[in-house]
Amino acid sequence: MSAFTALIVRDMRLSVRVGGGALMGALFFLVVVVMMPFALGPDLALLARIGPAILWLGALLASLLALDRLFAADYDDGSLDLLMMGRLPLELAVAAKAVAHWLTTALPLVVISPVLGMMLNIELRATGTLALTLLAGTPALTFIGLIGAALSVAMRRGGLLLAVLVLPLTIPVLIFGVAAANAAIVGPVPFGPPFTILCALSLGSLVLGPFAAAAALRHGLE
Amino acid sequence: MQLKGDSLACSRGGREVFAGVDFSLSGGEALLVIGRNGAGKSSLLRVIAGLVRLAAGHLTLEGGDGDASIGEQAHYLGHQDAVKPALSVRENLEFWTRYLGGGGEIEPALDAVDLAPLANLPATYLSAGQKRRLSIARLIAVPRPLWLLDEPTSALDAPSQVRLAELMRGHLASGGMIMAAAHGPIGLEHTRELKLGPA
Amino acid sequence: MPVIDLANPTRFLNIVNRVLPWLAAATALLFAFGLARAMNAPDDYQQGATVKIMFLHVPSAWLGMMGWGLMSAAALGTLVWRHPLADVAGKAAAPIGAAFTFLCLITGSLWGRPTWGTYWVWDARLTSVLVLFLLYLGVLALYWTAEDPGRGSRAAAILTLVGAVNIPIIKFSVDWWNTLHQPASILRMGGSAIDPSILWPLLIMAAAFTLLFATLWLAAMRNEILRRRVRAMRIMQAQEARE
Repeated sequence: MSAFTALIVRDMRLSVRVGGGALMGALFFLVVVVMMPFALGPDLALLARIGPAILWLGALLASLLALDRLFAADYDDGSLDLLMMGRLPLELAVAAKAVAHWLTTALPLVVISPVLGMMLNIELRATGTLALTLLAGTPALTFIGLIGAALSVAMRRGGLLLAVLVLPLTIPVLIFGVAAANAAIVGPVPFGPPFTILCALSLGSLVLGPFAAAAALRHGLE
Repeated sequence: MQLKGDSLACSRGGREVFAGVDFSLSGGEALLVIGRNGAGKSSLLRVIAGLVRLAAGHLTLEGGDGDASIGEQAHYLGHQDAVKPALSVRENLEFWTRYLGGGGEIEPALDAVDLAPLANLPATYLSAGQKRRLSIARLIAVPRPLWLLDEPTSALDAPSQVRLAELMRGHLASGGMIMAAAHGPIGLEHTRELKLGPA
Repeated sequence: MPVIDLANPTRFLNIVNRVLPWLAAATALLFAFGLARAMNAPDDYQQGATVKIMFLHVPSAWLGMMGWGLMSAAALGTLVWRHPLADVAGKAAAPIGAAFTFLCLITGSLWGRPTWGTYWVWDARLTSVLVLFLLYLGVLALYWTAEDPGRGSRAAAILTLVGAVNIPIIKFSVDWWNTLHQPASILRMGGSAIDPSILWPLLIMAAAFTLLFATLWLAAMRNEILRRRVRAMRIMQAQEARE
């Protein structure tokens, strides 16, 4: 088992055994989405119209909250020092942690999004497209969030700071994710362009995220 | 193999922690770093481990792997144990063995620190001393030439300290190097001393 | 005198102390001149005299963006070359850039009220400036929450560079989003094509704003250097007490 895989497996194991694991993120997602009709009223037409936006915002917040402990837990018990002394480049190590985070936090969201979409009166066929946009866009949320998590690792009020740093950077992902999801429901914008851009954003963040996060950890822990 | 430090200087948070530190350490030798609190003992170890940036000076490891950094050829045993409570003793050690590389053996390492009977126990049940021993097992399981130990005997009871001294002697006997920060003796004979702090 | 001499904080302080009064005077003069020209510029045929908010709004926008550019350059200095003044330059520029961005938002809002009837619209330009403002707040948050100024500067430098890469992407996304949701074109805030009688006062105001930025920036750098000296002295005081 390579160092990269070992780190992914360890993080996933920890995520599953501690704090409810995969279920907690999905549960938070569910609760947030359920809150929306209470705030907006049960007007089905309205919910269907803004359903994709609600699901995307819920996914964004759920991803964000789980990022808080991504590096902080390892920093607190001294594991982060040792992770930096391995043969694996730090960029790959943080990428491995991001992959584990995505698998345990974002992937469950993608899986239950059709069910939640149905609760928001989005037609079944469209919920599949919506799930696809989440699948393509949540890696960007995780890998951009990685940067905020690394920058705030040793600081007070880390969670709030993380949100302040990360949310503006995720605006493009939100814009194109919702646009692609809406395209399948209301049109007239075709699905292709925003979806392609969404994929491009995810791929770009797969590169930028680990480099920036590794730099932030190195500079921040000196 | 030789580790050499030449006019090393380090500052943390705008404060100069140490400057003009020279030392050399050869294979089979142990160096004890002593000094008051705040003199920079921990910082010196962290600088060598590559965790803290060197403000000035040169650090070289001759006879080691030229492609790897010093940190990749060293073990760092700090004040914290890097033990995850949710994983079992064996899982903790397995992870570090795989991550740090080097193809080490887990069972002998657990035996060496006398944690073999507890191998499948979740680490949350371990006492502080047992967690310390688990992190020491990491040093045995993954062979690396340089050991950087920050107050290694703290949290260990007398029998464990004796066991640690044996392990350290074994490491030195096979040509390894040890650099340890401590307030007092750590159970090794013939250690040289490096004193940090104001002259 | 080579630029490298500026690297010495004491030398830098001496230079700033000599230059700053002149810079401040030049700023004041240019503002007086610019405002006079702006007042004399013709009114817009549709918006009347309110179009003159443009003379404050547009330069503020330019300086908000220029501020981020300066911070990015300083960030490279901090991370790559560890230049001692780069830290200080970036930290000093951040609040000033943020203030100009905020000024841009306020003037934009005030301009919007008589023009569109509301204080805020989500048009592409204003929204992009709002996001830029949020990014500034993120950088400022890093400076404020770091206990150790060096660590705060390095973290802020990384975020600045990440932001520099992201800002064009965000701008593109917001433009795209705006055309998606508002297909009907609205009154552009720039007004009609720039006539020389408007262009000259605008350029003079832009120059005045830039000089204002430079004056505030140098003064802020001086303050930051002095602040760090006080901190260093306090650290030494604590250390000596232990001897």
